[in-house]
Amino acid sequence: MTKAVGLLIALFALWLGLSGYFKPFLLTLGVLSCLFTVYLARRMNLLDDEAVPLQLRPGLLLYWSWLGGEVFKSAWAVSKVILAREMPISQQLIAVPCSQKTEMGHVIFANSITLTPGTVTVETVPGKFLVHALTDEAANLEGFADMGRRVTEVEAR
Amino acid sequence: MDPVTIELLLNIASGIAFTVGGVFLLIGAFGLVRLPDVWSRLHAAGVVDTVGAELILVGMMFQAGFSQTTLKLALIGLFLFVTSPTATHAVANAAFVAGIRPVRLRRNESGEVIGESSHKEFQP
Repeated sequence: MTKAVGLLIALFALWLGLSGYFKPFLLTLGVLSCLFTVYLARRMNLLDDEAVPLQLRPGLLLYWSWLGGEVFKSAWAVSKVILAREMPISQQLIAVPCSQKTEMGHVIFANSITLTPGTVTVETVPGKFLVHALTDEAANLEGFADMGRRVTEVEAR
Repeated sequence: MDPVTIELLLNIASGIAFTVGGVFLLIGAFGLVRLPDVWSRLHAAGVVDTVGAELILVGMMFQAGFSQTTLKLALIGLFLFVTSPTATHAVANAAFVAGIRPVRLRRNESGEVIGESSHKEFQP
């Protein structure tokens, strides 16, 4: 029930933000279409932790801004590699342990690794990721452990 | 501050964002040509679709000011932030499953993750 209400509010906020209409007739149509979408999602059993991730902590927003800084730093590092005369690449496939308990936590951690240039998550098995790194500096296991800790903090209430 | 100064500051801020974003886009495109194989080129593409694209969007947000357009640009940025790693992972995973391995691989721990089946040599 909480998930249905959450999805309804999120859908209507999106509708309002994208349409920009505030006439009563159109607002009614918007509410009705959002209600119909929630009804369909409920019939399709989509109202779970994956579609409506209300279990994530609000700290996710802080995590995203931290991640933005990390992305910028590693983009700078990759740019230096690309522009170097002799590109100092040393490609490696490394195993990174992940300690998150929920599937959503795994997804956030794996996507964060992929989002930072220089590292890409290639394969996931329970408890471990296979990560491709462009340089020795990118393949920094302490860095991954730090990121994993931050993900574990925001993954569930 | 009077409106003219604010507009000047906004123009300067968006100019900086466009310039830095454009430089990262260029470096990413350069890397796509220069790096040796599909695995390393993925990282150049990563520079383009994270920092490059987001900085261009931030520059456009400064130009749009407080309006609905800024909200839509922020939504585009959010969706890009969430979907681009998914696409990158799909390419990397497809290359891995197809048996393509990075050139001059320094360290390979793929056996630890998915078992011994990963040790087959890459046949070009």
